[in-house]
Amino acid sequence: MSKEPLVHISKREEMPFAQAVLVRLAAVLLSLIVCAFVIFILTKLNPVEVYKAIFSGAVGTSRRFWVTIRDSLILLCVAIGLTPAFKMRFWNIGAEGQILMGGCVTAAVMIYAGDSMPTPVLFAAMVAASIVAGMIWGLIPAVFKAIWNTNETLFTLMLNYVAMQIVTFCIVFWENPSGSNTVGIINSKTKIGWLPSLFGMNYGWNVVIVLLLTVGMFIYLKYSKQGYEIAVVGESENTARYVGISVKKVIMRTMAISGAICGLAGFILVSGSSHTISTSTAGGRGFTAIIVAWLSKFNTFTMILVSFFLVFMQKGALQIASQFKLNENASDVITGIILFFILGSEFFINYRLQFRRSGKEA
Amino acid sequence: MGVIIIFLQKAIAQGIGILYGALGEIITEKSGNLNLGVPGIMYMGGIAGLMGAFYYEQGTANPNGFVGMLISFACAFLAAVLGGLIYSVLTITLRANQNVTGLALTTFGVGFGNFFGGSLSQLAGGVGQISVAATGAAYTKTIPGLSSIPVIGPVLFSYGFLTYLCIALAVVLSFFLSKTRKGLNLRAVGENPGTADAAGIDVTRYKYLATCIGSGISGLGGLYFVMEYSGGTWTNNGFGDRGWLAIALVIFALWKPVNAIWGSILFGGLYILYLYIPGLGRSMQEIFKMLPYLVTIIVLIFTSFRKKREYQAPQGLGLPYFREER
Repeated sequence: MSKEPLVHISKREEMPFAQAVLVRLAAVLLSLIVCAFVIFILTKLNPVEVYKAIFSGAVGTSRRFWVTIRDSLILLCVAIGLTPAFKMRFWNIGAEGQILMGGCVTAAVMIYAGDSMPTPVLFAAMVAASIVAGMIWGLIPAVFKAIWNTNETLFTLMLNYVAMQIVTFCIVFWENPSGSNTVGIINSKTKIGWLPSLFGMNYGWNVVIVLLLTVGMFIYLKYSKQGYEIAVVGESENTARYVGISVKKVIMRTMAISGAICGLAGFILVSGSSHTISTSTAGGRGFTAIIVAWLSKFNTFTMILVSFFLVFMQKGALQIASQFKLNENASDVITGIILFFILGSEFFINYRLQFRRSGKEA
Repeated sequence: MGVIIIFLQKAIAQGIGILYGALGEIITEKSGNLNLGVPGIMYMGGIAGLMGAFYYEQGTANPNGFVGMLISFACAFLAAVLGGLIYSVLTITLRANQNVTGLALTTFGVGFGNFFGGSLSQLAGGVGQISVAATGAAYTKTIPGLSSIPVIGPVLFSYGFLTYLCIALAVVLSFFLSKTRKGLNLRAVGENPGTADAAGIDVTRYKYLATCIGSGISGLGGLYFVMEYSGGTWTNNGFGDRGWLAIALVIFALWKPVNAIWGSILFGGLYILYLYIPGLGRSMQEIFKMLPYLVTIIVLIFTSFRKKREYQAPQGLGLPYFREER
């Protein structure tokens, strides 16, 4: 080792908030520039026109605006569900399955009990069923993790596909019209079990439920004793054990909550948004939400922004696809590039780089 | 008897794509990186290989299958290495979280595959119209003579060269990981990068090389699926969830390449078992399709019951390494 290394990397103390925001903005800007180049190379279109199209696709009309809001809310709901688990360093990548189970039982209640219950009871039953289903799907890997330390990343991942098969199993019985292999819109004439509009807004209930969860989860993690226990277990299980926290209990309780909220997201999807169930009901949201929760550093209010941004880009990319006759998968490519940049930018927030001063080579 | 032979043949055909993915992921995980981007990388490899062959066959009057094969093989491998490189830069140099980066890479890779696949279909005149006849034929060419032996022929000798390459690769990797100095160094990096660093092993270099080469191997799984399994065509999302099965197979094989061979045939068999059990209703078929995932879960649980050292994942798996933090 004759030379001092070119760059010296050291961990930073906390970066001032404003500066951290600037770094992230720079990353987003940079990623948009790279995306513009990619779009130009592939399609020879003027990137400015393309970004205009993205904007109009996401919020251009009132209907598009509300669809963007609706989808951001669902993504936000799933991200909130994942947050306590991640804070505990429990890699719940099974949100997809937990959403599907919640959505599946919601659909079941709508189909089988739609006519026989008064509306308030019906909604109570749907909410309760979705919460319980998501909770069970979250608890299964948590029990094994708590008692036998079974790897939860892969366990939850596998459960996604089991849930998908359960949904296709149910579709066989619920298909409408028969032979279509889809459930179709459930109760399309009677609208039984559809979340009604609130304050004149179609998705009013979605807004209320998800915002309550946002505030609730923020308070739970920051100010409750249980939230503190989650943080301790996440930082160091040994410390938690030493101060007398029952790690097993915390793992199971937290995953029950995490799964329950993801199950509730399934309820919102089926009752408040799509009114049907299929294997693509979750549509990768369980995975995208992981990224949302992680980028927001477990702050549920930051998640509002991040999920809106991601959905904004996805809706916008769909618009480019139809407007410029591109393939709709362009949106995933663009989202991917943006994510790479934001993920990479975290490094510059957490670490300090010092370059070797020239002429000081030993 | 005939049915069993066909079943075995189809199970192996299903399994090889998964086996490529798993072999690449084993190498990657041995360096301590849990790359959940494998499903995306396999899409990238598949479409890049197909595009290479497509443009070659479009560009020459008399395409030669062997040249097309070389070109598509190189394209698939390089595109997949590129995917691995993105992952490596983010997780190794920039120390981003591995799970999150991997999932982002899967989003990117699947989108990449479907975007170019869809565009290529459009260019070729519609879905399923992509034709790379010469290259496809080269990939599906079986061993002449041997493949016509009854029973043994169809089960053992009726595949294209990618299948045999994959089996050979598994054996070579097994030897590499247990008998060579570089392989042992690689395992040391995955088990405890701090100790490996102290012993003078270049941790960053090993992690980069293992992740990139591992990704390249995984990408060949996509190439296999496009060329040998589907004979040179593309359908969007046609590859399905096999990438996740590849990650499951790594656990099932307990991080041992040779185990992965048997595992892949078993997974392939479970994947198509529902087609071969007589009298299954549509609803029961769906239950049977759960089997590969359920089996993986059961293996996960059993390996956690029996805390034998050699059954566990590399100890440093999923953790970033930062020298100053040791």
